[in-house]
Amino acid sequence: MLHIKCPHCGLRSQNEFSYGGDATVKRPELNKEISDQDWDNYVYLRKSPRGKHLELWQHISGCRQWIKVERDTLTHEISKTLKANEEL
Amino acid sequence: MQKYSVFSLIKNAFSNHEKWEIAWKDPAPKSEYDVVIIGGGGHGLATAYYLAKEHNITKVAVIEKGWIGGGNVGRNTTIIRSNYMHDENGLFSEFGMDLWRNMSQDLNFNIMFSPRGIINLAHSDAQMNAYSRRGNSMRLNGIDAVLLNRDEVKKLIPMADFSENVRFPIFGGLMQPSAGTARHDAVAWGYARQADSMGVDIIQHCEVTGFDVVNGKIQGVQTSRGNIKAKKIGLCVAGSTNVLAEKLNMTLPVETHLLQACVSEPIKPILDQVVTFGAGHFYCSQSDKGEMVMGGDLDGYNSYAQRGNLPTLQHVLTEGIAMFPFLSKLKMLRTWGGIMDMSMDGSPIIDKTHIDGLYLNCGWCYGGFKATPASGWTFAHTIAQDRPHDLNAGYSLNRFSTGHLIDEKGLGTKTWIS
Repeated sequence: MLHIKCPHCGLRSQNEFSYGGDATVKRPELNKEISDQDWDNYVYLRKSPRGKHLELWQHISGCRQWIKVERDTLTHEISKTLKANEEL
Repeated sequence: MQKYSVFSLIKNAFSNHEKWEIAWKDPAPKSEYDVVIIGGGGHGLATAYYLAKEHNITKVAVIEKGWIGGGNVGRNTTIIRSNYMHDENGLFSEFGMDLWRNMSQDLNFNIMFSPRGIINLAHSDAQMNAYSRRGNSMRLNGIDAVLLNRDEVKKLIPMADFSENVRFPIFGGLMQPSAGTARHDAVAWGYARQADSMGVDIIQHCEVTGFDVVNGKIQGVQTSRGNIKAKKIGLCVAGSTNVLAEKLNMTLPVETHLLQACVSEPIKPILDQVVTFGAGHFYCSQSDKGEMVMGGDLDGYNSYAQRGNLPTLQHVLTEGIAMFPFLSKLKMLRTWGGIMDMSMDGSPIIDKTHIDGLYLNCGWCYGGFKATPASGWTFAHTIAQDRPHDLNAGYSLNRFSTGHLIDEKGLGTKTWIS
């Protein structure tokens, strides 16, 4: 069982959260020239590192806020949690 | 190579089974090969076997970080099926079914293929309609499919919960009678033994640390046991695909996730088929030893841990008990996890890459084991001929940018959603 420290609510069980994937992918900016490669990178291509991974979680059964979690994908150790609008 | 038969069994009984030949050698890596396959799992060993058998390419090495068959080919729930709706998946998998049916004879190794049938349960009228559509698509591709009503399902699996006041009552199901199970370890060992006998070097405990690429052409691979030159290199590393891709400066439409499975204590024969729950993600069969073999959802977040977490297991087994209430009386014997290469449309990739001489086999998601022979066969063809076979032409790497996705389950790119 993971324990995730929600930046709004404190340490909570994994059961209260739902996963949202890689937090480092950036949606291409609108009203700009966007190449197919840009869309590819955003929609499909993932680094999926073995090690530290910055990812989105939603505290769905709590404050319902989206948060960022830095977690090791090999050990499951969570090194940092951030509000969604904060940068690492 | 010593042939396995009832006579060799009797003969070796006289020497207390102490004089069997080793099944495959343990060579040190040579400095150069025509083809190096990275990953000594089912797919990698099958690729080496078909390179030798179908294409007469025997200067081949299979290099494996751990021991052969220690990854997903030893961690799956042994289900073999071709009950797909889309042409690419259906035709590919049905080609594989023919290889499965002849594999024990072909490899002279009893893989215990048991075509016991698979039943996907339906829990609503809408789901029955969807199954009837999938069944018809399967039959158009020459795959056997039978739509079962509630009573027909009840005859086959009377121990399921057929009460009417449950959240997900059983309306019927879609059955592929020719689907089944096989002894998963034997598949890896059978391919390894035959490949070895045809001259393939199977090199275990040999970790890839880097690649030599010059002017966009592959030259060789750096390993923990020295550099190995190769004209062609095939990647067959399932959940470790992204780790090796990073060493090649490639980013792929694949994420690595954890999938758990478990077996119960052994009980007397009760379940003849493979059965899947249609209102969630749970599947179940009974092994020859009597254990109930069960699996279901991914753990739900990127993971390389090869071990699972309890919330998902609890969720999956809750579905299991909803389907087969008797499961609640059983003790669990073992649980384990493996890491899946989840592609962004749920279908695999068997293709060339932008690096000349580098070939990619990944993205197997939940369905890698049953694809083992077809994957090896088509990957060997792709490597030997330097172009995909018709059977794997749809499994291209660039289908994501061209929009030719094969989204069998309609899940889109959120691979962790089940």
